Amino acid sequence: MTEPLLAIRGVKSFYGNIMALKGIDLHVNEGEIVTLIGANGAGKSTLMMTIFGTPQAREGAVIFDGRNITRLPPHEIAKLRIAQSPEGRRIFSRMTVLENLQMGAAIADPKYFADDLARICELFPRLEKRMNQRGGTLSGGEQQMLAIGRALMSRPRLILLDEPSLGLAPLLAKQIFAAIRVLNERDRLTVFLVEQNAFRALKLAHRGYVIVNGLITLAGSGAELLQRPEIRAAYLEAGRH
Amino acid sequence: MEYFVQQLINGITLGSIYGLIAIGYTMVYGIIGMINFAHGDIFMVGAFIALISFLTLVAIGLTAIPVALFIVLLIAMGLTALYGWTVERLAYRPLRHSFRLAPLISAIGMSIILQNYVQVAQSARVKPLPPLIEGTHVIIESDVFSVELSNIQIIVVLTTLALMIVFSWIVGKTRLGRDMRACEQDLKMASLLGVNIDRTISLTFVIGAALASVAGIMYLLYYGVIDFFIGFVAGVKAFTAAVLGGIGSLPGAMLGGLLIGLIETFWSAYFSIEYKDVAAFSILIVVLIFLPTGILGRPEVEKV
Repeated sequence: MTEPLLAIRGVKSFYGNIMALKGIDLHVNEGEIVTLIGANGAGKSTLMMTIFGTPQAREGAVIFDGRNITRLPPHEIAKLRIAQSPEGRRIFSRMTVLENLQMGAAIADPKYFADDLARICELFPRLEKRMNQRGGTLSGGEQQMLAIGRALMSRPRLILLDEPSLGLAPLLAKQIFAAIRVLNERDRLTVFLVEQNAFRALKLAHRGYVIVNGLITLAGSGAELLQRPEIRAAYLEAGRH
Repeated sequence: MEYFVQQLINGITLGSIYGLIAIGYTMVYGIIGMINFAHGDIFMVGAFIALISFLTLVAIGLTAIPVALFIVLLIAMGLTALYGWTVERLAYRPLRHSFRLAPLISAIGMSIILQNYVQVAQSARVKPLPPLIEGTHVIIESDVFSVELSNIQIIVVLTTLALMIVFSWIVGKTRLGRDMRACEQDLKMASLLGVNIDRTISLTFVIGAALASVAGIMYLLYYGVIDFFIGFVAGVKAFTAAVLGGIGSLPGAMLGGLLIGLIETFWSAYFSIEYKDVAAFSILIVVLIFLPTGILGRPEVEKV
């Protein structure tokens, strides 16, 4: 078996004195889309941030490409070409769309900039028209596209997407998921996706994990998890339509 | 009328100096949300470094004033920047994740340390510098009152203008400036994108200190005397300028500096010179009460 691109081993993470992650084990292989689903407050976003070392895991290890990155500062982790579109999107609202994308390319070789920018515009044509507009003036969907585009500008080997469909109209959410599939299939981008929209996420992903209260309770292929009665009961029946 | 024009010239000169100091306050506030109370003393240290380098240059026989000025500028900017960097590294960075008041208290401590250090090392007496740049131009001749513009005033205003242009270019157009603005808006997100935020914060202090040192040189040239306490008053006024313009806003700091310089000068000219500091600080209070975000500041509301 080949080494996974990202492996999380027994990670415990705290917010203040509250243990948010209680020993998480999961892995993401190169070229996969892996999704992590769970309710609000289960620890999904904390895990995303813990991968980036902010907060740092208090116990356990985060291994990327065979290297232990648990104690690296966030900007060093970014330089290993892990990118994140974080919870709440965190667009630089007083910078233009172009500047946001330039920030995304902070660690990339400048010679790729023009090509990468064209690629993002092709993926999200709506951004192209807004290039010189301030990030804060974009609609929610456009901001989401910008957050993903910004993450892509670093030419990542692994992209972490935190709730890319949150707050979006169904049609827009569908577009975002379609874009993720294209990136995975065409560009062989490895995706680790956190979602509340479990149905879409599991349909898209090769494999999935379920997190409850800071612990992984279920794991399996996307199709398998979709069939599990406990998942249907907890995450699908209510939020599917 | 002549009197008014003269005060306008004096006010703009003074305002330029305040503006340069105010940038340091506003930049640091923008990026880490703290008021660097030691910044005024960094300005004072810059003035002392300039004085000492001038005297050293004269002692070794370099008396061509433009050359000497240029060398002093480089030395003062470099060494003062080093002070700024050191203050952040020693007194603020270790406290960055502490409670909000901690770096503020540490800044006040740093301010006292710098003042006492200069007082002990350079003595408490006022230090004079013989006038290096002389010459004035009479702009408006009049029997009652002639309006004069001195060469020093021209140098102060032009230097400030040039620095502001270069500085705005750095912030607006360069990679470093973009990183700084990103850190100012969202420190954590900037780090997720690979920006070394410790380095960016350090550079902010370095640039702020370098600008303050230029203000120190100009203060030295303009007034001809300095002492270890000039940083306190000038610092609080520049801080007032930053608040008036809208703390966190760079054009605001420049505008605020200019306004405080003008207000102080006109107050001294038309009302009473004894109360000029009272006038400046009353403005601080009035602004804080009625216009807490300043003239060009933005309210703390973000579109979601």
